[in-house]
Amino acid sequence: MAEPMKIRATLQGDVADVRILMMHPMETGQRKDAKGEIVPLHFIQSVVVTHNGKTVLDAQWSQAISRNPFLGLHVKGAKAGDKIAVTWTDNKNEKRTDEVAVTPGS
Amino acid sequence: MNDFRRRFLKLTAGAGALTAAAAAGLVTGRQAFAAPWNKAAFESKAMADAMKSLGAANLIESKDIVITAPDIAENGAVVPVAVTSKIPNTQSIAILAEKNPFPLAAAFDISGGVDGYVSTRVKMGQTSNVRAVVKADGKFYTAVKEVKVTIGGCG
Repeated sequence: MAEPMKIRATLQGDVADVRILMMHPMETGQRKDAKGEIVPLHFIQSVVVTHNGKTVLDAQWSQAISRNPFLGLHVKGAKAGDKIAVTWTDNKNEKRTDEVAVTPGS
Repeated sequence: MNDFRRRFLKLTAGAGALTAAAAAGLVTGRQAFAAPWNKAAFESKAMADAMKSLGAANLIESKDIVITAPDIAENGAVVPVAVTSKIPNTQSIAILAEKNPFPLAAAFDISGGVDGYVSTRVKMGQTSNVRAVVKADGKFYTAVKEVKVTIGGCG
């Protein structure tokens, strides 16, 4: 099972600054291992971010996204305690969902 | 009849069939929920092909798109790129690294629930332009920024 994501959602005014760090090798299918064999393609293809159950961002990625991908976005009309959920799916159809509540900013 | 055109049509026809299948409910689970992965666009090896597969035509250069990326990236494996679109009704943002083996790095479909802003980190094989393509009200806008890469990150 994939490792949990780190998600931080901080309120700034009525916009939530959401920062997501996913744990994934993001293999490009071009890299060779120590034995000189090509490491097969393994990357996150789809990331869906929801705000209180409503999809706000639907991303499609290629293998050109860096390892342990970072994603930042600004969710409008957010309040403290709102639920931000993130789901990713990779090309091997593994997936992981994590959810956080929006925290009030300083 | 040129060969490239034939191949391109074949690719898009394939993608079209998948969309139709999803619409008909033949594809279950995630694909029915999220838009199907745009295979044709992501597997394009040339900028022009990727653009066509995205449906992006008649690109308008826009100063309302700001690409935040370093001028010089020491490590091509991790290049932070953020795109801010001030264009009203921004529907999608795509990030492309022009000289990567597969230029299209990411495409973000956004709803009215988020600002026209995404930030991520991409791999770049060599020094090249990073291009953002923004779709708003059915029109496509674009902007570029050159990023110099000291050590490539695609190997």
